[in-house]
Amino acid sequence: MSHSPLRPDLALIAAEVPHGARILDIGCGDGTLMAALRDSKAADVRGLEIDAANVAAAMERGLAVVQGDADRDLADYPDDSFDFAILSQTLQTSQRPDRILDQLLRIAPRAFVSFPNFAHWRVRLALLWGGRMPVTRLLPIAWYETPNIHHVTVSDFRELVAAKNIAVEGAWYLNGDRPTSAAAASWRAEHAIFQIARG
Amino acid sequence: MATRTRDVQHNSLSLERPLTLDSGAVLERPVIAFERYGPLNEARDNVILICHALTMDQYVASTHPVTGKPGWWSKVVRPGGVVDTDRYHVICANVIGSCLGSSGPASLDPATGSAFGMNFPVVTIGDMVRAQAILLDELGIGQLHAVIGGSMGGMQALCWAAHYPDRVDRALIIASAARHSAQNIAFHEVGRQAIMADPDWQGGDYYASGRVPVKGLSVARMAAHITYLSEAGLTAKFGRQLQDRETKTFGFDADFQVESYLRHQGISFVDRFDANSYLYITRAMDYFDLAEPHGGRLAEAFRDSPVRFGLVSFDSDWLYPTSESRRIVQALHAACAQASFVELSSPFGHDAFLLDSPEMWRLMAGFIEAGR
Repeated sequence: MSHSPLRPDLALIAAEVPHGARILDIGCGDGTLMAALRDSKAADVRGLEIDAANVAAAMERGLAVVQGDADRDLADYPDDSFDFAILSQTLQTSQRPDRILDQLLRIAPRAFVSFPNFAHWRVRLALLWGGRMPVTRLLPIAWYETPNIHHVTVSDFRELVAAKNIAVEGAWYLNGDRPTSAAAASWRAEHAIFQIARG
Repeated sequence: MATRTRDVQHNSLSLERPLTLDSGAVLERPVIAFERYGPLNEARDNVILICHALTMDQYVASTHPVTGKPGWWSKVVRPGGVVDTDRYHVICANVIGSCLGSSGPASLDPATGSAFGMNFPVVTIGDMVRAQAILLDELGIGQLHAVIGGSMGGMQALCWAAHYPDRVDRALIIASAARHSAQNIAFHEVGRQAIMADPDWQGGDYYASGRVPVKGLSVARMAAHITYLSEAGLTAKFGRQLQDRETKTFGFDADFQVESYLRHQGISFVDRFDANSYLYITRAMDYFDLAEPHGGRLAEAFRDSPVRFGLVSFDSDWLYPTSESRRIVQALHAACAQASFVELSSPFGHDAFLLDSPEMWRLMAGFIEAGR
């Protein structure tokens, strides 16, 4: 089976996942990452996705995906039912990102969380010079119709996990598809990926 | 009229093994009527069992012998179709308790030589599935590539997965539930009471009398039919339009189109269905609760299940609403089973699963083909 190349943040997560892991991909879209994990890592992978058309597309690929809403439906999963939970580009769309993090680490001992960094210099400049909510490559939708209701920055996220006593086991920062350093991440990362674990 | 179903020949098998029912009663040599389509391959691993809904039958893809109409899922089950009969061997069995060739209240009781009527033992969804399993045994079929069903057929598919997890590779459950809700039972009770209130019902002993409870069965069907539709669908189709007239009659004729539609549904139903069978099958559905033997914990019914589950609901279905499918999905997750679920959008209510639904068909095809 051939795959189109994974989005850089997904490729990074896929590379980190151990062989044969049990994984829940939250906000799995049409199952691109799930299929890659199944085929390259023999992972036992399940998905949760809010959009019916995406769920159907994933089902057609033979993936086990359930239509649902991360804010409400994560509560249905038993404790420790997975080795990893993955939340890619979904945190900023949730009603209560802090509670979602609790759920991730209840369902699995470890999780990957990726999100667009709202403190990227382009965003800062757009706000500073334009005085308007930025529309960028990773945040392409105007403020009134965006699903991103809780914009988050790298610093915000670091602070939240520290306050919640969540361990950060890894962090990757991407500018386009290139890595950037942790020190420069706040300004330069378009995208951040964290591997977190119960504290 | 309603006895027409008894005069038709159906393909059937008289099972060699007795069937012990959940009630404790035993059917010595139950007859199961069934239809088969497509080639059975040498490995016998290309079998798909389709379970039918309450008032459907085994004629899923072939002409109905009484009505002359095409099979109820003939657009789905056909050569090159969503369920491709060029490649799969499809079996659809008439449930036990029904009236199209399987043992039911209209069958002859060997003890008396006349129809069982209400002496036929009460059956359950589990009994229906057990009878199907024996049928497959006798046909030499051990494994099912897939079991598929909508509504009551979905209940059977769930039962198959719960009771014979090692015989089922995947189960597709459409617009169904793991238990009958109080509302479901309530509507069924209305139908049963309509039948039993008909003087022609005669305590269920009407087969030899030449009179059948046409009115009662027809009312039961009308009431049930409303539950298969949605308000939006009914409004779109009929609104308050009058039937073949300009003004209201100020009487009780079928002034409104929706009235004459329902009357037609009721009347045409009595030609192809036996009133007692309607009582027995609705009862079987009412008794259905997969969680009950597990202290109410549905997940226990699917613990360590190797079956792949797919569930589909329709957003306008208020008879088997999405919440019931979600309950099953939650239980499957809790049991760590492989489950997919999607709610499709349709204005047609519960009936949506029988109508043209390219979205559902794509899903079904993907689910059946995945990993083949």
